[in-house]
Amino acid sequence: MNEIILTNIETIPGREITQHLGLVQGNTVRAKHVGRDFMAGLKNIVGGELKGYTELLQEAREESVARMVEQARSIGANAVINVRFSTSSVTSGAAELFAYGTAVVVE
Amino acid sequence: MLALGITLALLVIGYLFGRHAEQSHFERLREAEAQLQSLLMFSEKRIPPQFQPCEVKLVGGNTVIAVDYFKVMAAALRNFFGGRVAAYESLVERARRESIVRMKREAQALGASAVFNVRIETSSISKGAKEQQVSVEVYAYGTAVIPRHG
Repeated sequence: MNEIILTNIETIPGREITQHLGLVQGNTVRAKHVGRDFMAGLKNIVGGELKGYTELLQEAREESVARMVEQARSIGANAVINVRFSTSSVTSGAAELFAYGTAVVVE
Repeated sequence: MLALGITLALLVIGYLFGRHAEQSHFERLREAEAQLQSLLMFSEKRIPPQFQPCEVKLVGGNTVIAVDYFKVMAAALRNFFGGRVAAYESLVERARRESIVRMKREAQALGASAVFNVRIETSSISKGAKEQQVSVEVYAYGTAVIPRHG
């Protein structure tokens, strides 16, 4: 089984957790680039969705999840349960995205 | 005088376009929500037996939405007098509903019948920016339950 199962509940239905391997985590800090910031500045006059930022944050979140999965894989887990996300702005131009969860071995 | 003119022009542009954008967004949201209504959503962690056996997968959707210039001004005035800031309530509501719709779309694409343990996280990503940028990011995520037969 190569693919790691991710859930944000405490169990994996139909499977038995045989081993808890502890907390795994992944983070990434992203800054927005000037072009995106400029477009966002224009958008601030008329309002609406900032698509550039939506994509940026989604990419960043995927990356932090990928790092968490990588860590889980390296310690021999095949699933991560109870996954949580947290976002914090480090400065005005950069945001940190953090994903963490419990690495487990399931049957 | 020129600065005042620009500000006024921005206010008018912000008001007209912002209002239009908001109304059409709510319209789209209502349609999407009606379409996705059959996909159930719970904030509970335990998956009841009628959904099992199943496969599970993490799904999520995010949105960043900014307010228009008019609302920034309206909210600044409101900040002075205090009270309910209706201008920003609709901003957060739009972001939240849109994120949920996106999460549900992802779940639907996987053939899920429900999403459990839905969590909604809101963060302001432009805190402390020099220009008055008001935007929020909302991320909604949960565990999609995909029925498995046999």
